[in-house]
Formats: sequence, C-alpha cells, structure tokens
Amino acid sequence: MSDWIEACTADDIDEEDVMRFDHAGRTFAIYRSPDDEFFATDGLCTHEHVHLADGLVMDDIIECPKHNGRFSYKTGQAKGAPVCVNLKTYPVKVEAGKVLIQLAS
Amino acid sequence: MDAALPASRDYSLVGRDSQRAVETGLAAAEWYYTDVPRKDIKDLMRREDGPAMRDTAIWLGSMVVLAGLGIVLWGTIWCVPVFLAYGVLYGSASDSRWHECGHGTAFKTRWMNDAVYQIACFMIMRNPVTWRWSHARHHTDTVIVGRDPEIAVMRPPDLVRLLLNFFGLLDAWHAVADMLRNAAGIVSAEEKSFIPAQEQHKVVRFARIWLAIYAVTIALAVYTGSILPLMLVGLPRLYGAWHHVLTGLLQHGGLADNVIDHRLNSRTVLMNPVSRFIYWNMNYHVEHHMFPMVPYHALPRLHAMIRHDLPAPNPSILDGYREMIPAFLRQLRNEDYYLRRELPLTAKPYREEFHGEDARAAAE
Repeated sequence: MSDWIEACTADDIDEEDVMRFDHAGRTFAIYRSPDDEFFATDGLCTHEHVHLADGLVMDDIIECPKHNGRFSYKTGQAKGAPVCVNLKTYPVKVEAGKVLIQLAS
Repeated sequence: MDAALPASRDYSLVGRDSQRAVETGLAAAEWYYTDVPRKDIKDLMRREDGPAMRDTAIWLGSMVVLAGLGIVLWGTIWCVPVFLAYGVLYGSASDSRWHECGHGTAFKTRWMNDAVYQIACFMIMRNPVTWRWSHARHHTDTVIVGRDPEIAVMRPPDLVRLLLNFFGLLDAWHAVADMLRNAAGIVSAEEKSFIPAQEQHKVVRFARIWLAIYAVTIALAVYTGSILPLMLVGLPRLYGAWHHVLTGLLQHGGLADNVIDHRLNSRTVLMNPVSRFIYWNMNYHVEHHMFPMVPYHALPRLHAMIRHDLPAPNPSILDGYREMIPAFLRQLRNEDYYLRRELPLTAKPYREEFHGEDARAAAE
C-alpha cells in the first residue's frame, strides 16, 4: 500500500533548486533538476540533523549547508566524507502542475 | 559578564562535559541563523573557480619564487626576509587553504579543492582525514565544551601555550607525535569519537605518506650537511606560524562558550588586505559559522547583507587584541568570565533560554 502526496506545485521550485516539504511529522526535500525533472529524498542530512533544503543544488548533487556533505538527489548516494550513509529517495510524478511524492504507508 | 559557576571545564571529548552536552541538548543543537532570502543565499553559495585559481597561483607561485631566492641567498643576511615571507605563506596561509578547501567551497571544481586541501594539510601538519572530521564537529558544536575538538583557548587560558604556538612549538610537537602514532597504526579514542570507523584506515595511510616525505627531507639535510631542506619543508610550520595564530585566536577568544548563537561565541574583525589574503577572509567569522557553505570570496558580500543582525565587528586586529587579552587575564582568575557581544538595535535579540550556562549565570 502506498500513497501519492501533493508536496507543492511545479512552479514553487526554481530549476536547479530544492525546497522543504513536511508531512505527517516527517520532513522531505523536493528537487527540480537543471533538466526540469523532479526528485524527492528525506529532508535531513544522514550525517547530522540539518535540513538539506537549505543547501545548494549543483547539477545532480545536493550539498548539505552545514558540513559540505554531498549526495546525488537522484539516487540518494552519499558522495564522500563527511557523509557515509545514503539518503532515502522517493518516487515523484507531476500531474496538472502539482508535484506528488509516493510515501509508503 | 562575570558568572558564578564554580565547576572547571572538562575539555575531553569523551569526558564529563561531553556527556553533559549531549544530555542537555547543547550537542548537535539548532543554532540561530540570521534570515537571508533563499535567492540571496543561493547566489552567495554559488561556486566559481576564478578567485581561488588566482589566489592559489599567487600563493604557490610566490612560494616557488621565494624558495628559489632563499636557496640562492642561503648563507647571507638577505635570505632572512625571504624565509620570513616564505614561512608565512607555508605556515600560515596553509591554515586558511586547509580550512576553505576542507569546506569544499574555495573552488567549483572538486579535484582542485581536494588537491589544494592535501597540499595545505601537509604544510599545516593536520592529518587530512582527522581534521576534516574534527572541523565538521567544530561547526556542529562550536565552542561547546567537551564536544568541539578545535577550541584554541581553553579556560582558564594557558598563556604560555598560546605564546609558544606563535612559533608553532606545541602544535607542531603534537602534530609530529600524532603523525608517528597514526603511522604506527594507532588511532586514539578521542579521534575515534569523531572519525567514522570506515574512515580511520585513511588516517594511518596519510600519516605514513607524510612520514616518508619528512624522512626523505631529513635524509637530504643530513646528506648535504645543511638545514636548508628543512627550512623549505617542515620548519616553516614553526617560523611562519605566527600570522595564523595571530588571526586565529581572534575567532572565538574571550567570547562565550556553551551557547548556540554564533553571534555570542565568534568574532568578526576587519583586517588589512594582506592579512585577508593570507587568511582568506576568515576574519568574517560570525558570517562563516552561520553560513559555512558561502565561499571565502563572497563573505564580504554576506557581511554587508547581515551586519544589521550581528555585533559590530572589531575595526582592526589591534582592537581585537585590546579586548581579548584583558579577557584572557580575567579568565585566569575567573574562568567563567567572557566578553558578551552587544547587538545593534536592528538585530534579533539573543535567545537567553537556549544559552545554557549563560542563561543560568544571568539568572543568578
């Protein structure tokens, strides 16, 4: 069983940027790539309690604003110190201008 | 502000105050940040290679020229000013290059950051793995006693140690001891407290590479019967350290500890352009701690953007020392004393309820 949750509208996020989305006591990061694709990951860095939505998106990388931890937001892969644990990613689709993420219930 | 808490501080990373910081929520806490619009902070964080390529060419190019001059002029009085300049570029400018490239912000191109990081780490004698992790902790728990491994001036201040470190004496001594220990395959309990297990083998590998470089340099000195090789590699960490200590002590010296607002525990100091080049703009230290992913070359712009919310910067290095040295002397008698930074009327006030000892002291 899984749910598609509306996170934001496509226009809410600039290209090559990220925004925070909180839902049901959890926090997520929604990304818009330079190629105008949308992705979603857990919102907190796996290194420390820092919101990735305050970080910098460069190509397919999200960089944590606190310690320079870098992840691929497309795959969740940690790209080296100080992050060693991958990010959890979530399926995303855009329908009628709305960005939906799929959360397992 | 004089506080009345009698307990002395335990700076061990595995000791009493470390445990207490975790229990009270001071460790890995939510820190105060000045509001900056997303668009502006994105613009400030944006990476470029140009400024750091220019500065690195000047830095390393000057070192090559000065090293050549030093070799040519060796044995004459004229080599003294040459080595003084070479030493500052080796033993002080490497501190800021280690720092900025460790943050990954100096260059846009990753390998350039990594290459300069390795060079600078060697010069400043900081294991590139250990110090990457220790600095991450420093940013998580800035000047939190028992958590921050990079507190330069512990309380009560050890003034002899501070003076010796202007010539790198104690720092280099400890760095050599750490290198030998790591090269022997030993990672200490304190190092293990902030370096993940999967990274610890790299500490040993770099220590062994460095040991080999120093062994070759010493062998060359013995073979040639001259200390000249060591004047170029190793000793500049001593005779050129003074500038990075001069500027580095100002970062947090005499200010509050165990608070979660960088405006209370960090100091911004306006400096001359030569010191700013050597220091790579780390004089904007409150700004750097609030937004560590802003590259050094964008810090003056960040300062202009948020100074309404920060304590007034010290106008010079001299002014910074004029307030810091009396604070150190006072901390010899009362280690709970600190300089409380006054905020301008335009700033958001300090959150006293979050400031741990500060709040308790204020309440007594």
